[in-house]
Amino acid sequence: MKLNELTIAELRRLLDNREIKPHEVLDDIYNRIDSVEDKVKSFITVTKDHAYEMAKNAEQAILSNKQSLLTGIPVAVKDNMCTKGILTTCASMILNNFIPPYESAVTARLKEQGYVLVGKTNLDEFAMGSSTENSGFHTTRNPWDLERVPGGSSGGSAAAVAAGECIAALGSDTGGSIRQPAALCGVVGLKPTYGRVSRYGLVAFASSLDQIGPITKNVTDTAIMLNAVAGHDPLDSTSAPAEVPDFAKFLGQDITGLKIGIPKEYFIEGMDKEVDDAVRSAIKKLEALGAIPVEVSLPHTGYAVAAYYILATSEASSNLARYDGVKYGFRASGGKDLLEMYMNTRSQGFGAEVKRRIMLGTYALSAGYYDAYYKKGQQARTLIKQDFDNAFKNVDVIVTPTSPSAAFRVGEKSANPLQMYLSDIFTISVNLSGVPAISIPCGFTKDNLPIGLQIIGRHFDEDAILKIAYAYEQSTEWHLRRPQL
Amino acid sequence: MKSGVRSQESGVEKYEAVIGLEVHAQMLTDTKIFCGCSTKFGSEPNTQTCPVCIGMPGVLPVLNKKALEFTIKTGLATHCKISPYSRFARKNYFYPDLPKGYQISQYELPICEGGYIEIVADGEVKRIGITRIHMEEDAGKNIHEGGGHYSFVDLNRAGVPLMEIVSEPDIRSPEEAAEYMKKMRTILRYLGVCDGNMEQGSLRCDANVSIRSVGQKEFGVKTELKNINSFKFVEKALDYEIRRQIKVLEEGGKIIQETRLWDTATNTTQSMRSKEEAHDYRYFPEPDLVPIVVNQEWIDEIKSTLPELPDAKRERFVTQYGLPEYDAELLTSERAIADWYEDAVNVGVQPKAVSNWMMGELMRMLNEESKSIEECPLKPDQLAGMLKLIDDATISGKIAKTVFEEMYRSGKDADTIVKEKGLVQISDEGAIEKVVDEILLKNVKEVERYKAGEEKLLGFFVGLVMKETKGKANPQILNELVKKKLS
Repeated sequence: MKLNELTIAELRRLLDNREIKPHEVLDDIYNRIDSVEDKVKSFITVTKDHAYEMAKNAEQAILSNKQSLLTGIPVAVKDNMCTKGILTTCASMILNNFIPPYESAVTARLKEQGYVLVGKTNLDEFAMGSSTENSGFHTTRNPWDLERVPGGSSGGSAAAVAAGECIAALGSDTGGSIRQPAALCGVVGLKPTYGRVSRYGLVAFASSLDQIGPITKNVTDTAIMLNAVAGHDPLDSTSAPAEVPDFAKFLGQDITGLKIGIPKEYFIEGMDKEVDDAVRSAIKKLEALGAIPVEVSLPHTGYAVAAYYILATSEASSNLARYDGVKYGFRASGGKDLLEMYMNTRSQGFGAEVKRRIMLGTYALSAGYYDAYYKKGQQARTLIKQDFDNAFKNVDVIVTPTSPSAAFRVGEKSANPLQMYLSDIFTISVNLSGVPAISIPCGFTKDNLPIGLQIIGRHFDEDAILKIAYAYEQSTEWHLRRPQL
Repeated sequence: MKSGVRSQESGVEKYEAVIGLEVHAQMLTDTKIFCGCSTKFGSEPNTQTCPVCIGMPGVLPVLNKKALEFTIKTGLATHCKISPYSRFARKNYFYPDLPKGYQISQYELPICEGGYIEIVADGEVKRIGITRIHMEEDAGKNIHEGGGHYSFVDLNRAGVPLMEIVSEPDIRSPEEAAEYMKKMRTILRYLGVCDGNMEQGSLRCDANVSIRSVGQKEFGVKTELKNINSFKFVEKALDYEIRRQIKVLEEGGKIIQETRLWDTATNTTQSMRSKEEAHDYRYFPEPDLVPIVVNQEWIDEIKSTLPELPDAKRERFVTQYGLPEYDAELLTSERAIADWYEDAVNVGVQPKAVSNWMMGELMRMLNEESKSIEECPLKPDQLAGMLKLIDDATISGKIAKTVFEEMYRSGKDADTIVKEKGLVQISDEGAIEKVVDEILLKNVKEVERYKAGEEKLLGFFVGLVMKETKGKANPQILNELVKKKLS
């Protein structure tokens, strides 16, 4: 057994018992990266030297019994979170030389917990996409089938975890960007409640929807990672001053009598039969474990994708205005005046999807269109939130498929943005309403592609999600399967 | 006529100006509105910046509570309603001095709405409505120097907290506009929320101007005037713009809705951009900041810290100290001057005497050295001490001028100066009589002329005695003595 194949919890025990050393874990990690990264391409930047330095510190900490949650654990971070002194690109040409002089709140917290940074993972440029095909650098491949996408936008992080190139990873989720790639790569991905984790240092896509969360091999590791990064941050006004429990303590609790809502709007025509079957059997399994399925309705689900693509692009059009070639990042040469410099820089620096979204958002906010688009989008968002509030009056969690299909082929949807947008149809409402949701493996297609089960909870009730996810995981073996590479 | 444009030009009498002002006031907070950088003016370019105020990727704003408090304070002082729920919005446009490509401002739900201040116009008190006051961040500065094919950007100012105070279109003349600006400045300075320095740009003003026929209810087409950044320019620019608009209408033309720039070189306004070219700022709620919820308790707390405001103070000075309106107005034009005044009066001297000395000698000397009252080397109790010496006839009013100057220069008390220089007034009748007798003996001819009816020579004798006593003779006693001796 190679150390890179273990989980955080397993490594913690071995490290703390001094049976292994942090650099030995790293050796296995980088050996694995050396042998599979050419095929998978999870990373934009691999921080090997830096990692061994961190591993040295970790070893010191363990030797002096000062270890924390993640001391010596190799973790990969999506390349839209700022790491001080380390290239942070957002997979965009416009930031291809950007080295932040500051640390994001999440990586600062991981540091406090002793983590070792393996590298910065690939994503769709500025987290805009569902396949990593929009990366300005390269497309990451699904470790289960290299002809297929890993999902996105946190495709690099999900693929790295699935391929054993890191023990755990951070992703960010604006419309499903943690959960969908987790589902497509057969790993666990949690989008915490909006405000649970600080966004300081996360390069913004859509500020009111973005949330950072863990991607791990199992639910236990998700709880550990969430423990490390959750909590109020005075530097993020939207981070909630809510109390942070020890999320690990909910694992193993009895789920008898818990009500799980099954939204009828989520089991739709056109959904992949295998996905439908896998999710229905997962629900049966939960029922067997003592949970009570209850049909619920989220009547405004049909408006979610439209509302999302108005609101998210509106915010993005403004968030991405700062990349003007003046202060940092890429600047196009040859402009004869300021306007030309702006236009050349942004034309050359941004990829097609990012430009498409900037234009959509700019349009939606324009004088004369604001009421018809942005405002309507906000109204729809309110209704979608109310749907969840109403449903959660009767149930503890809501269970749905994470994605309507398993991993699709590279190039299959990239020519048709709308088709691509629909792959987030089950995850988007969760961001619009701010509630937390997890994706866990719940089966495989006959082509041996992973299928994800989404469990959605009330605001700040990650507890219930983790409890149910863990109970399900313990009674199945999907999470133990690893791709053959 | 009401327009305030006092001229003989054709058509002027028929029109009335309608003016609304947008005042931008930099707040006197120590740190910027959304980060911890210093707001100090005049430092080396880009030394007071951080990832937040230069708009680096991934950073987030955090509201400076002091800026909110200052804005609420200003709202309360100008009779505004303080919104229990307000929020920030993004105003989007590209410019190198705007690091994020948007300015965080307030749009739909400003923190203060519906207030007013009072000005005096044509001798009458007039209310000018305040539509709203909102918070926003200042932009940086583009510096076009060196003549190269590039400009410099200084972001020290980026993120300095601003209040935008928007008036109703209640102003009817350039003079009223200037009065409004002065009053607003006085209030802001009283509150200690803005230093009101138009030259350094900590107080700036844009104006919306239109004209209409006298008696007409509807507004005319307005132009927006920018760059009127001194009190002098407020009046000049508006005056020019009103005349320009009248001329256009009189010649059968139409006013175009546009933004115009006041050009200090030519004393004219020049078109900057038309309505069609106007920016579409694409305002939307700022998602990085939570809505501002202000509870009544805090508003009340802020209210309790409001100082006495200029109008109230002026009225009180009139009633409490029996001062003329003119004196009260001047003495309350700055809170520090009013405080200085009251500190002196409270020692127990004649209020009007303090006023006379302050408005006369003290202001003259401060002005000569371009000093503010805060920098005045003289302390209020020193002036009061000197006035007491006049009251109890230790020194004469004339000698007092010498004493005052000496006090101002040396910082010594009047008592000490009078003793050191032997300036005590001679009120001993016998001593004065002795000198008077000497003088009259020496000037027999003049005595005869006086007695022959040339009474204006009285001053001649008094002057000589004063000269002899080095000005220390009690003038009243001296006058009476001379008259008595000559009768």
